[in-house]
Amino acid sequence: MSDLKDNKVDYMIEVNNLIKSYGNQEVIKDVSFHVAKGEVLSIIGPSGSGKSTILRAINQLESIEGGEVIICGDTLYKEGLVLTQDQKRKIQLHNGLVFQDFNLFPHMSIKRNIAEALIYVLNKSKIEANEIALQLLDKMGLKDRADSYPSQLSGGQKQRVSIARALALKPNVLWFDEPTSALDPELTNEILKVIKNLAKEKMTMVVVTHEMSFARDISDRVIFMDEGFIAESGTPEEVFGNPKNPRTQQFLQSFNQ
Amino acid sequence: MNQLLLQMLKGTLVSFQVFGLTLLFSLPLGMLVVKGKMSKIWIVKTLVNIYIMIMRGTPLILQLIFVYFAPYYIFGTSYDRMTAVIVAYVINYAAYFAEIYRGGIQSIPSGQYEAAKVLGFTKSHTATHIIFPQVFREIIPAMGNEVITLIKDTALAQTIGVAELFRVAQTASAREFSTMPLFVAGIFYFVMNAFVAKAFDQMEAKLNYYEKK
Repeated sequence: MSDLKDNKVDYMIEVNNLIKSYGNQEVIKDVSFHVAKGEVLSIIGPSGSGKSTILRAINQLESIEGGEVIICGDTLYKEGLVLTQDQKRKIQLHNGLVFQDFNLFPHMSIKRNIAEALIYVLNKSKIEANEIALQLLDKMGLKDRADSYPSQLSGGQKQRVSIARALALKPNVLWFDEPTSALDPELTNEILKVIKNLAKEKMTMVVVTHEMSFARDISDRVIFMDEGFIAESGTPEEVFGNPKNPRTQQFLQSFNQ
Repeated sequence: MNQLLLQMLKGTLVSFQVFGLTLLFSLPLGMLVVKGKMSKIWIVKTLVNIYIMIMRGTPLILQLIFVYFAPYYIFGTSYDRMTAVIVAYVINYAAYFAEIYRGGIQSIPSGQYEAAKVLGFTKSHTATHIIFPQVFREIIPAMGNEVITLIKDTALAQTIGVAELFRVAQTASAREFSTMPLFVAGIFYFVMNAFVAKAFDQMEAKLNYYEKK
């Protein structure tokens, strides 16, 4: 943990020289970034640039082929390091992940969707788990829908439930994988508002998104990915206001048109 | 006539026995088979595929005869007819059930596994609480079909001389020069299947409390 002392920063996520490949094809090439406590980082870039793949690799949904990944001080990946299933599960609990298409459990009420992991992963009592679930649903403005099933909710409501489900486990870092891409345009705002409120509460977040104005608005730092590389990174002002890389300029221009 | 009905009821009990025992063993065996079929180990997968191909590709009646007579020709010894029937039916139905299970398992989107994983559920909890309940609902209609077929297939047990309902009816029919007993047997099968169909309808309705997605 010398890194922490040297920089005098509490890094929640440290990614050094990450490499991810499918067969011979490298899709993430030597990517490094850090996320400090309370920071909001947005990862933007064209489709196929590898932004979702980074998120999936760090959340153990994809294998990692090289580099180093440290999550809240626990090393998830380093050459030669072998972790047991149990150790990997424990590391994953530092992270919360909100999916693009929600992935709620359709056979459980939305209260149960949230309570299930509290009961079976954090070993809380049913009563306590339900209480926490209701509190979170209240926070998301969905308390009266606690006993509904996911299919009875709108897309925006489903996404709010899935945010509540991730928050229930009190993750140190909350990851969003294009959280508004599966929603109708008029519903995206309700989700963006929720994420904004979490930022106000100093939740550490990494948001992979297509919503440029939102990324600009909410982020402390922005990474622009292109073809598996970090083409540009900096504050929103730097990346959006004064991009240096021609690819970033080109990409942002296409959004402004 | 009363005598005949009594005999047929006895035959029905034997049919039930075949039906119940087959389900009892083939439902869990099917799970084992589907595990083999979806295995990443090449040899396991291939062997299971060959087994399923044979079970689905040849008539049950042939399989039944084979199971009953093969031990006699190979080892010079044979075994109880009822046991042969159960063994033949169980290995046949396990193959069909395995295919139904597989369809159900593959219908569950990968996002369900991913969500379970990031929430920290163990693999066994994911299977028993997240995947199986959804698979169960998914396969009910196909299972209903298969179970109804099994009721009718019990009639094949007479091939190797098990005195189930159809055999009793046939014997009576020959004795009395009348097709009446066979007709009555038909009604028996029909009524049994009406109950099975009703049970599956109810299960389907009960599991319809949620919609997919």
